[in-house]
Amino acid sequence: MIAATLRRQASRRVLPGFGLSLGVTLTFVSLILLLPLTSLVGQLSQLSLSQYWFLISDPRILASYRVTLLAAAVAALFNAAFGLLMAWVLVRYEFPGKRLVDALMDLPFALPTAVAGVTLATLYSSQGWVGRWLETLGLPIAYTWVGIALAMAFTSIPFVVRTVQPILEDLPSEVDEAAVTLGARDGHAFRRVILPHLWPALVTGTGLAFVRSLGEFGAVIFIAGGKPFETEITSLMIFVKLQEYDYAGAAAVASIVLATSLVLLLVINLWQGRFIRRLHGREA
Amino acid sequence: MSIRISQIDKTYGTTRALAPIDLDIRDGELIGLLGPSGSGKTTLLRIVAGLEQADGGSIHFGEREVTQVHVRERRIGFVFQHYALFRHMSVFENVAFGLRALPRRQRPSNGEIRTRVMQLLEMVRLAAFAERFPAQLSGGQQQRVALARALALKPDVLLLDEPFGALDAKVRQELRRWLRHLHEELGFTSLFVTHDQEEALELSDRVVVMSNGRVEQIATPDTLYREPANRFVFEFLGDVNRLEGDVIEGRLTCGNASVSVPGVEPGRRELLLRPHEVHLAERAIPAAHLPVTVASIVPVGAEVRLELEADWLEEPWLASVSHAEFERLGITRGRRLFALPSRLHGFDAAGAQNVALPVG
Repeated sequence: MIAATLRRQASRRVLPGFGLSLGVTLTFVSLILLLPLTSLVGQLSQLSLSQYWFLISDPRILASYRVTLLAAAVAALFNAAFGLLMAWVLVRYEFPGKRLVDALMDLPFALPTAVAGVTLATLYSSQGWVGRWLETLGLPIAYTWVGIALAMAFTSIPFVVRTVQPILEDLPSEVDEAAVTLGARDGHAFRRVILPHLWPALVTGTGLAFVRSLGEFGAVIFIAGGKPFETEITSLMIFVKLQEYDYAGAAAVASIVLATSLVLLLVINLWQGRFIRRLHGREA
Repeated sequence: MSIRISQIDKTYGTTRALAPIDLDIRDGELIGLLGPSGSGKTTLLRIVAGLEQADGGSIHFGEREVTQVHVRERRIGFVFQHYALFRHMSVFENVAFGLRALPRRQRPSNGEIRTRVMQLLEMVRLAAFAERFPAQLSGGQQQRVALARALALKPDVLLLDEPFGALDAKVRQELRRWLRHLHEELGFTSLFVTHDQEEALELSDRVVVMSNGRVEQIATPDTLYREPANRFVFEFLGDVNRLEGDVIEGRLTCGNASVSVPGVEPGRRELLLRPHEVHLAERAIPAAHLPVTVASIVPVGAEVRLELEADWLEEPWLASVSHAEFERLGITRGRRLFALPSRLHGFDAAGAQNVALPVG
């Protein structure tokens, strides 16, 4: 009797509420994430393998993959550089209006993507303020993949800034100072000392920005123009198929986007885990 | 390499961090900058390093004026309180960093770097840890890596900012002794900052005591302890007991207590004494009648620390007596005894006067 009581107490966790909180979490994960995914798989099950292959390898769809991947990659790389710069400026320097700039960084998250899309389209179209000038220079932005990349970069920049910023804040300025007292030039110190610290955050941020860009719809469609084989993005193709009541087709294409995103997120997570283990010395 | 600091001053906004300061450090000297936080000691160290710019004044390393020279050209080694190691690099790469950062023409070959780094790691007794990462080392080991890293480029001057501040007491003790040895062996000129008086006294050839951006006294540890220049230095260097009373005809009276203080000017006076300058007896003597009650007893190492209370004292006195003395008097809590000061120190308002008064 006493032994049983003791055993029960010993197996108790110190933190209360494990059962309840995990239960609620799993319920919501099921409702919000797993249920829609299941229905997607359900749609797919109506297709045979050859039908599925036919749908996802349609030349027009293939072209959309290429456009989406290319634009998202360019947007992500642009954000990696610009986001790193922004985070650096926001952490390391003091200037008037710093709080405002800091708040502006989150705007792309807060702004409805369609609003961003319309704004960018008007700005960069051949009649727009900026587009007009670029047109005369022979650099059309709207209705090209450049415009798509631009819209993607706009909506995903906070991912890089907000992942790099806290890491940079954690990096004591003593570390830069140590590098300088050891005679390192600024470039050398940045490459060898600061960048390696930011690397995991930067890659994660860039990865997230890339994944987000792959699925971006609202901000892109207005500026993309939707010329088949040229400026059609994959999410637009899903939308078009849905409008044609081709649910199975939409699901098939969506499954490709989903699988790509999932694999990328998983890879980023695994890679980051390994890097962090090394920094914290748990790897012998 | 000697260091000559002349008329260095620094102001942050409206706060004066350093009043114009002069300091000459001889070649091979180990100097401690001692002071409470906010006394300007770290600011001074960082100005010598070139990590901060002084508003005025000049700094010479030997004959070379370095006031306007950038940190990376100053040839200094700097050790930070929190080590500031490069966490993503192995211990070996940390120490090799300065050598690898040299311009290509001066950079040693990989083999030479290897030899030099291993030699340094040997010196800090961490050769076996070369391939480890900083996070896998203890605090004391990390600070030794930081020291090896700072010495890798054979700096003219080694600067240490509270180097042992983040370590626990035992490791701190060990590292101090070890730094002292290293200094004797290599003979580098060194300036270190600390707020721990024991550390400053144990490690330094000379100690610079600072407060509020000014130098209070520059002296050898021995002189500093025996002949403090002013009240601040006296109070900062150890525990202090206060005795306040009216002096009439060479005798200070305070309530029912009195002590003869020949040579002290009449009037209201405050005299100070250290715990080890308080002796205890069962009977008062003509020169001193200071009745006290033992309030607490703490045996620490070679001595017993006592807290003494009395009506005539505003705050209790601390006294340290030997174990033999403790047993001879049969001291217990609540025991009534008489205090016999062996010395009393008086400082006037200007803080320049130092009167030692042998009593009893």
